Amino acid sequence: MSKLGDLGARLYRGEVGYDFVGKRFLWYGVSILITITAIVALAVQGLNMGIEFRGGAVFTTPKTSASVAKATDSAAKASGHEALVQKLGTGGLRIQISDLDPDASTAVKKQLATDLKVNAADINSDQVGASWGEEIANKAWTGLGVFMILVVIYLAIAFEWRMAVAALVALIHDLTITVGVYALVGFEVTPGTVIGLLTILGYSLYDTVVVFDGLKEGSKDITKQTRWTFSEIANRSINGTLVRSINTTVVALLPVGALLFIGGGFLGAGMLNDISLSLFVGLAAGAYSSIFIATPLVVDLKEREPAMKALKKRVLAKRAAAEAKGESPDDFTEEPGDGTEVVAQGRGGRASGRRR
Amino acid sequence: MAAPKKGRRPTGAQGRPGRALAIILIAMVALTAGMFLTGQTTPRLGIDLAGGTSITLKAKSEPGKPGAINETNMNTAVGIIERRVNGLGVSEAEVQTQGRDHIIVNIPKGTNEKQARDQVGTTAQLYFRPVLAFADGKPIAPQPTPSTGASGSPSPSPSTSGAPKASGDKSASPTPSSSATSQGRAVPEALMATGSPTPTPSASESKKADDKAPTPSAPAPSGADAAVADLQAKFIALDCTDEKQRANVGLGVKPTDATLACGKRGGTWGKWLLGPAGVDGKDVKDAKGVVDTQRGQWIVTMQFTDKGASKFAKITGELATKQSPQNQFAIVLDNEVVSDPYVSQALTGGSAEISGGFTQQTAQDLGNMLSYGALPLSFQEDNVTTVTAALGGEQLKAGLIAGAIGLALVVIYLLAYYRGLAFIAIISLMVSGVLTYTIMALLGKAIGFALNLPAVCGAIVAIGITADSFIVYFERIRDEIREGRTLRPAVERAWPRARRTILVSDFVSFLAAAVLFIVTVGKVQGFAFTLGLTTLLDVVVVFLFTKPVMTLLARTKFFSSGHPWSGLDPKRLGAKPPLRRTRRTGTGTGTGSASGSGANAAAVSAPIDAKEA
Repeated sequence: MSKLGDLGARLYRGEVGYDFVGKRFLWYGVSILITITAIVALAVQGLNMGIEFRGGAVFTTPKTSASVAKATDSAAKASGHEALVQKLGTGGLRIQISDLDPDASTAVKKQLATDLKVNAADINSDQVGASWGEEIANKAWTGLGVFMILVVIYLAIAFEWRMAVAALVALIHDLTITVGVYALVGFEVTPGTVIGLLTILGYSLYDTVVVFDGLKEGSKDITKQTRWTFSEIANRSINGTLVRSINTTVVALLPVGALLFIGGGFLGAGMLNDISLSLFVGLAAGAYSSIFIATPLVVDLKEREPAMKALKKRVLAKRAAAEAKGESPDDFTEEPGDGTEVVAQGRGGRASGRRR
Repeated sequence: MAAPKKGRRPTGAQGRPGRALAIILIAMVALTAGMFLTGQTTPRLGIDLAGGTSITLKAKSEPGKPGAINETNMNTAVGIIERRVNGLGVSEAEVQTQGRDHIIVNIPKGTNEKQARDQVGTTAQLYFRPVLAFADGKPIAPQPTPSTGASGSPSPSPSTSGAPKASGDKSASPTPSSSATSQGRAVPEALMATGSPTPTPSASESKKADDKAPTPSAPAPSGADAAVADLQAKFIALDCTDEKQRANVGLGVKPTDATLACGKRGGTWGKWLLGPAGVDGKDVKDAKGVVDTQRGQWIVTMQFTDKGASKFAKITGELATKQSPQNQFAIVLDNEVVSDPYVSQALTGGSAEISGGFTQQTAQDLGNMLSYGALPLSFQEDNVTTVTAALGGEQLKAGLIAGAIGLALVVIYLLAYYRGLAFIAIISLMVSGVLTYTIMALLGKAIGFALNLPAVCGAIVAIGITADSFIVYFERIRDEIREGRTLRPAVERAWPRARRTILVSDFVSFLAAAVLFIVTVGKVQGFAFTLGLTTLLDVVVVFLFTKPVMTLLARTKFFSSGHPWSGLDPKRLGAKPPLRRTRRTGTGTGTGSASGSGANAAAVSAPIDAKEA
C-alpha cells in the first residue's frame, strides 16, 4: 500500500515513469494484434448467441435432487429439442431449450415438473421469441451510433477534435476486444451482454476523459515554453494520472467482480452474470486503451500540427544548445529524439536517469 | 461541463461548508420523511424479483398503415390492455409503453398466467352490434317473459328489465354452422329482416350457463336453434357485477355471431344480448369528442369509410324502425359495451354523432376508442417471463450479497490506500446510498419505478463510478500536498480541477446511461435508469457533501497535521521538503505547478502539473 503510495509520489515527481508515448508503436502493435485475433476469432468461431437470439425457453427450477443428465433427458424428450442444463448455486437447475415454441413451453414445463419432482408453479420460465434478442441488439446498435456521435461532439467541444477521434478509436478498440474475447472463449451472448457492452462505452470513455482532462490542462500554455514537446507532456499526463487510473479501475472492477463471481456463482448463468462478465472484460480493455492507445493517438495527431512541430524544433534546439555549452541539462538528461523529423520521443525515463 | 462556472455552489462550498451540508442533510431528511409519509419505505420490486409474469409485447406494423404505431395508438392500446388485465381481477398489474413500439405487461404473482397471456396479446376489437335485449347486470330471476320467439321476429321484451325468452335446452354445444356464418355476413338482413340471429356461443359461455343457469322453461321458439336459446339462457344467468364472469363473457365469439356483453351504464353494470356485428372498428375513419356548440353539450362525432358508411346506413335504417331497446346499437370494445346509443333515423351521410349525457372525459374517451378501433394495432409476444417469488428472492439476495461484498472490497481498498481519507469516501458512499434508496422508494410511487434485477446490477456497478469521484479529488489533494502545501489550501486548490474532471467524466457516464435508457426496452431500462440516477447523485454528493466535509476536516488537527493514518501524511506522500521547495521557487517559473497555468509551471522537480487528480 505504502509502496503504491510512494510510487504515486515518484510518478508525480517524474522520478519514475513509463514511456507510454515513446513506446506507442509497440502498444499499437499489441493492440492491432489483439484486434486481429478478435476479428479472426469472430469470423472463424463466431459468437455463441444465447437463447434470446434463437428463440426458445429457459426454465429455472427450485432445488431438486434430479441430476443434470436426467433433466437434460427429460427436457429433450418433452420438447423434442436439445436442451442445455446447468446446475445452479441454489441447488436448482437452469434448463435452456432452444427453438421451443412459446405455446409448447407450458407443456414442457408440466413435464419437467413431473420428471424432476418439483411443483410446476415453482418453475420459472422465460420464453423468448427469436426476434427478441435481435431487437435488443438492433437497439443497441442504434444506441451505439447515437452515443458515439454525441460523445464525439461533446469531446470535440470540451476538448478538441483530435481527442474526440482518439477517444472514438479507443472505444471501438475496447468493443472489438470485448467481442473478440466472447468469440474466443465462447461465452454466451445474451441481452445482458449487450447491456454490459453499452455500459462499457461510458466506462471506457470515463477513463479516457480523465486522462485527456489532465493532458488538456498540462498542454494549455505549451507554446509559451521551450522545455518540452507535446509528446513529452502527454507522457507526463499519463504518468501523472496513472495512480488514479489504477485506483479507479480497481475500484470499478471490485464490485463488478463481486457481481460476476458471487452473484453469478450463486445463481449460475443469468442476467447478473452476463452484464458483469462483459463489463469486466470491457473495463479492463477500457483502462488499457485509455493509457496505451487513446493518449498516444492524440500525440500522433497533435504532433502533425505546425505549431507543435515548431515547438519541437525549438525544444530540441534549446537542448542541443545547452548540451553544447556543457551544462548539465537540468531536466532533460535524456537524449532528444533521434533527429528532428522523427516522432516525438517520450520523456518517461527522463528524470529517472538523473535522480535515481 | 468542462468549464465549471464560478457559481454560487463552489464559493458556497468553499466559504460555508456548513451550508452545503445543511442542504444535503435537509434533502436526506425530507426524502426519508417523504418515504415514511407515503408509506413507501422500500423500493417497489420489479416482477422479476417479486414474482409474477412479465409479458413484453411488440406492436406489429400493419401493411398499408405505416404510421399506425404512434404514441397515441400505443397509449390507447395500453389503456385497453389495462382494462383487460383488470378484467382478470388483477390489481397492481401494470401496463406501460416502453420505447416506441413495446408494451410491457407486468402481472403480479398469483394470477392465471396462461389466461393473462391469452387476453393480453390479442388485438383490440371494436364492433357495432344491434341490441337485442338489455338488462341490469344481475342475473334475472327465473320469471320467463312470454314473448315472441327469436326466430319469428327479433323484437322480444321491449322493457329494459324484461328478459327475453329462454328455452329449456341448455345444451352446451356450440353450433358454428356454416349457415350461421354466411347469414351473419349479411348482417342486417339476417338480424332484422330475415330473422334468426343464429348465434354460436363460445365454449366458455356455455360452461358458465351450465354452472349458473337453471334455465327456466319457455315455449320453444319455432325454428330457433338451440344456440339462440342457449344464449338467452345465459343472458338471464349472466352476472355482470361479477369480475370473473365479466372477464369471460363473449370470449372467442366471432363478430358474425350474436353474443352477450357487459358494460357500464350510468355507473352500474348492465348486460346486453347483442346481434352480429354490423359495422366493425375498421370502418370508422375518425371519431372524436367535441362540444356541440348549439346545444352546449359534449357529443362524439364519427366519420365512416365509404364501406363503413353504407354498412352504417343499413344498420341504422333497420334499427330506426324498431322499438326500444332494439333501436339501439352497442359499441362493443373487447366484449365490453362502451356505449349503446339509440337510433331514430337512418344515418346515410357517412358520418354520425352520438349525444346525450357525455362529459368531456367520457366523450373524448369514446372518441378515442372509436378511432382506435379504426387503427387496430396487433401485438406479438416478444418475451414472457414468469418468476416465482422464491427465485426472485434468491436473485435479490444474490445481488445484494454481491453488492455488499463489492462494497466491502471497495471499502477495504480505499482504507488501505487512503486510510483516514477513506472514511470520508465511505460516508459519502453511504450518503449516496441513502439518497439512492429513498429516491428509488419514492419513485416507485411517483413514476412506477420498480427495482428489477438489472437495476440492482446497475446500482452495484455504480459503486465504482461514485468511488471514482472521490479518488479523483483525493489524488488531487495529495498532489497539492506533494507540492508542499498544507492541507487547508490544498483542499481548496485541488477542488476546482477535481471538480472539472468529475463533471466531465460524470457527464460522459450520464450520457451513456441516457442513451441506454432511451434506446432499450424493458429490463434494460432499469439498469440504465439506476446508472443515470446514481451518476447524478454522485455529482450532488461530491459537491454538497464530500467537498464541504473535506473543508471541515482540513481544520481538524488529525488531518491537517498530516497524521500518518490520515492518508495525508506529507512525508509519506513525498512532499517536497521546504528546502527543495525554496530552491524550486527560485529556479522555476514560480507559478507553481498546481496553479493550473500549464506547462510553463516547469519546476525543477515537478516539471508539469500534468497529473490530473
